[in-house]
Amino acid sequence: MIASIRGRNLLSLDELSDTAILEVLDTAELFVEVNQRTIKKVPALKGRVVASLFFEESTRTRLSFETAAKRLSADVLSLAVASSSVKKGESLRDTIATIDALGIDAVVMRHSSSGAAHQVGGYVPHVRVINAGDGLHQHPTQGLLDVFTVRQVLAERAHAKGSETGKELFAGLHVLIVGDIRHSRVARSDIAAYSALGAEVRLAAPGTLRPASLQDWPVSVADDFDDALQWADVVGVLRLQRERGTGSFVPSLAEFTQTFGLTTERARRLRPSTIVMHPGPMNRGVEIDSAVADSPAAVIERQVSNGVPIRMATLYLSVTGSAEEASS
Amino acid sequence: MTLLLRQGLVVGPTSTRVADVLVSEGRIVDVADTIDPPRGAREIDVRGCWVGPGFVDLHTHLREPGREAAETIESGARAGAVGGYCALVAMPNTEPALDNVALVSYVLDKGAQTPLDIAVAGAISQGREGRHLAPLAEMAALGVRLFTDDGTGVQDPSLMRRALEYARPLGVRLAQHCEDESLAAGGSMNEGVVSSRLGLVGRPALAEELMVLRDIELVRLTGGAVHFLHLSTARSIAMVAAARREGLDVTCEVAPHHLTLDETACAGFDAAFKVHPPLRTALDVAALRQALRDGLLDAVATDHAPHSPELKDRAFDEAPAGMLGLEHAAALTHEALRGDGADADPVRFFDVMSRGPARVAQLRARDARVRHSAHGGDVVAGEDANLTVFDPRERWSVSRDQMHSRARNTPYDGRSLVGRVTTTIAKGQLVVHEGKLV
Repeated sequence: MIASIRGRNLLSLDELSDTAILEVLDTAELFVEVNQRTIKKVPALKGRVVASLFFEESTRTRLSFETAAKRLSADVLSLAVASSSVKKGESLRDTIATIDALGIDAVVMRHSSSGAAHQVGGYVPHVRVINAGDGLHQHPTQGLLDVFTVRQVLAERAHAKGSETGKELFAGLHVLIVGDIRHSRVARSDIAAYSALGAEVRLAAPGTLRPASLQDWPVSVADDFDDALQWADVVGVLRLQRERGTGSFVPSLAEFTQTFGLTTERARRLRPSTIVMHPGPMNRGVEIDSAVADSPAAVIERQVSNGVPIRMATLYLSVTGSAEEASS
Repeated sequence: MTLLLRQGLVVGPTSTRVADVLVSEGRIVDVADTIDPPRGAREIDVRGCWVGPGFVDLHTHLREPGREAAETIESGARAGAVGGYCALVAMPNTEPALDNVALVSYVLDKGAQTPLDIAVAGAISQGREGRHLAPLAEMAALGVRLFTDDGTGVQDPSLMRRALEYARPLGVRLAQHCEDESLAAGGSMNEGVVSSRLGLVGRPALAEELMVLRDIELVRLTGGAVHFLHLSTARSIAMVAAARREGLDVTCEVAPHHLTLDETACAGFDAAFKVHPPLRTALDVAALRQALRDGLLDAVATDHAPHSPELKDRAFDEAPAGMLGLEHAAALTHEALRGDGADADPVRFFDVMSRGPARVAQLRARDARVRHSAHGGDVVAGEDANLTVFDPRERWSVSRDQMHSRARNTPYDGRSLVGRVTTTIAKGQLVVHEGKLV
């Protein structure tokens, strides 16, 4: 287990200890304050160069990362993949070598293939690699911002600062993750983060949208979705990944909504204190009803806002720290 | 050329003994406790080494024609010789596929220019597309004894049935790559615990086992003969062993990588570990090793699959499947044969490296219409001189930069192995001496 991401790549939350996760959360808390200032900028990464390589389209995550890098005063190199040499058949290794030759400190990358960020980490060991989503594998910063958001909300209710609570608010916390687990990198990162911090994670999904094997996963599977909703302190609704052919895994979207959608009717079963989350972009009316997404229980916009300080913390720790520091 | 192998452990079909072996003019001319060296004979000291019939690989992708950047018949033969092979069966999934007399002849003719015997497995279906039978009888007349659409299996059970019915009177055997594509489609590693964690789409064991089951039943129906290529699961082996006990004409091979690597090797997302069928669970590996020691396998076959680096550098799910095999298969088989602390059985070793595969490929002296020299025979006077000397004590480590293959896609880079081929005598010629090409 990695005890700190200082000076290290962030590829998967599977390999991070609770200490490493808390360090990111506590650092992000400092950056929340920066984002509330009139001048939203600190010189932490001044003179550093962060390359943003999105081999798979994403507006939200890309904007969030680039905003985070800029608020740390880093220079951002942004590769527009759609118009790049990648389309002309250039290999991942060559693309990275080319960007690396321009002189970079970190690369933030998203790719449709699981493990692509690991591979890049091997090609450019002197560059810090931040995984912004790889295939069905991991989306570490989403997992981090999700636990950050939960801690923030719970700490506010307890009139405390999140960083003062460490991981205690997660002890025995009931987290229900629902929907397309099989194709979800968000689910894999969320499960790792919540369970590392001591929460109890339960999954609800149609049989076809569960992973082929849940052996070794620190989760249980809900027998009944409606009962699980009453059990949950946090409900993480996943996006139904229609672009990954999920359509053939369920008979119809209507049936999915009927059985595993967080509909307005079903949301009435939630306790008033339950937090509803969604990583976006939402298929309103499919996995979540508009009325639920816009209800006070939902913290979806707060997740988006927290994306920036979490990514600032990730970049800051990964780029400025040295590995020696981390291991000492 | 006259060669005298001195004081090696000569591995017979049932026992071993220390002896000298004299080779001259393409034949073994004498095997005795000691032989006085004839004039001009080259003496090779092979004390402590195993001397047996030259290795035969049932499953080599030589890539020619079509993908010569990855391998050629010539470079593949060199890699094979270093690995101790005297005969290779070239797989037909070239570009274009080896599905007609002209292309088979092309490979046979090129193969004849190498020091080894290069046999050909022809395609079962035209273009390996799984729709229409290829001209099996015409290719059989050229000496082709194995047919396969390897790379994929014959998906359509009706076509497979026709192929078995058609092949039976020709005296040839169909070899099947067992994976049901509708179950395996889109997958890039074994489906299970590891694939679920890594977010890689899986190829379930069932995809293989279902086709093994189907083809056993088709053999029962047609009276045909099937060779199961690169079996990778415990259940597949159990089904084939049971079918054989019933008297059905089925044979099988496993690949060295399925005996020595499991699915956890994929955790680093290095496509060097991507292969079809995929690396399975540790339990499967253990079952395959046990089957090897118990003599349930006809052959260890390499599935030597060279790929150029730019293809293997792709992301795991986008990279082609396959890994090199020829140059380390013997050492890996040796490793798999060794039990807990026990020594490997040299008789079993040559059974799976030479005798078994030669029988399946019909390359033995007694097989009718042998086009090549005879392989897999006993080390006795009168046999064709195809001999491999293996030193079971030598330690070495694999380096991807020191392969004789044109490609470098070995999953064993840096792995320390025990046992190495020191001498290969193919068609009476000394091809490899002290581990190096002559």
